[in-house]
Amino acid sequence: MDYKEQNRHVYWNPYFGGFLLGILIIFTFYITGRGLGASGAMKSGVVTIVDDVSHEHAEQSAYYSKFIRGDKSPMNNWIVFETIGVLIGAFISGGLAGRIGWRVQHSPKITRRRRLIFAFSGGILFGIGAQIARGCTSGAALSGMAVLSTGGFITMLAIFGTGYLFAYFFRKNWI
Amino acid sequence: MGPLIPNGIISFEWSSIIAIVIGIFFGFILEASGFSSSRKLAGVFYGYDFAVLKVFFTAAIVSLIGLLYMDYLGYVDMSSLYVHPTYLWGAIIGGVIMGIGFVAGGFCPGTSLSAVAIGKIDAIANVIGIMVGIFIFSELYTFFEPIYNGYFQGNITLVDSLGINPYWFVFVLTVFAVIMFAVSDMIRKRVKKVFY
Repeated sequence: MDYKEQNRHVYWNPYFGGFLLGILIIFTFYITGRGLGASGAMKSGVVTIVDDVSHEHAEQSAYYSKFIRGDKSPMNNWIVFETIGVLIGAFISGGLAGRIGWRVQHSPKITRRRRLIFAFSGGILFGIGAQIARGCTSGAALSGMAVLSTGGFITMLAIFGTGYLFAYFFRKNWI
Repeated sequence: MGPLIPNGIISFEWSSIIAIVIGIFFGFILEASGFSSSRKLAGVFYGYDFAVLKVFFTAAIVSLIGLLYMDYLGYVDMSSLYVHPTYLWGAIIGGVIMGIGFVAGGFCPGTSLSAVAIGKIDAIANVIGIMVGIFIFSELYTFFEPIYNGYFQGNITLVDSLGINPYWFVFVLTVFAVIMFAVSDMIRKRVKKVFY
């Protein structure tokens, strides 16, 4: 077995990763006054696509129009740049550990097709939920908790609580 | 005194560059902690891998303690930091929908981005799904609007809503987290191993 194969699943100690992530959140609040995020960039992406396809529709919609400001592109946004960084950083880490490659990761008990369908539909739910709660696990739950936001704690409890409640129905996908 | 950019100590023009640098660290930490693997993430719901719980709560507590200390020592004014607003039912219903999405898809937006970066095709499907979800929400905005804008309680913290001392709260939360970590290790030993 070569070195690369051996290391594919060797990850950081979770407490070490969590500690560094906590330091990064402190640093982010210290510099920018706000926390990290992820789903915001995807929202900017959707707004940009809709605006490009039909500017009229985007302007008339009560939701898209919130994010269109004159000539400024919705992609010219803090969170979009942060997300570009996330892609670069994850690529560096994966590259150093030899984890880069096109693959569909799934339990041997389910097919590749089933995994992709569930990944896609889970994404749809996450996208809707992240808009209703105004943020995802990073933006609402984690960054909210760092400043004791009540909404952040509620969203965190709701995400993990529901995950446990519904885990039984999805068990075939994972175990 | 922080925060540095809102207070004009670092000029606003730097913010995009700083955003990329912060993002690089964020992505690196997520990937190196194993969050680019949906099967590792989902382990938290089935008891075979508690990395999500450990990373998430360690990060939350470290950042809470750090920010409270920096506030106490005068490096940052905590009241000028952005507090995620509380829309009570939006937070609950949104969280419930995200919870189902999490256990079905195995990713949340940040983790799926880090998995896209190393070529996971299921993560690409997840990100496209998230964008479709955002599109659906936006198109049906008038339907979701009452929950989205309703039950607004302001940018409140637990200090406002529960009237507790933040320092005691963080102390109790830390003890609770340590107990939770110990219990999660005991559970993992009893659960059938899953290899991925």
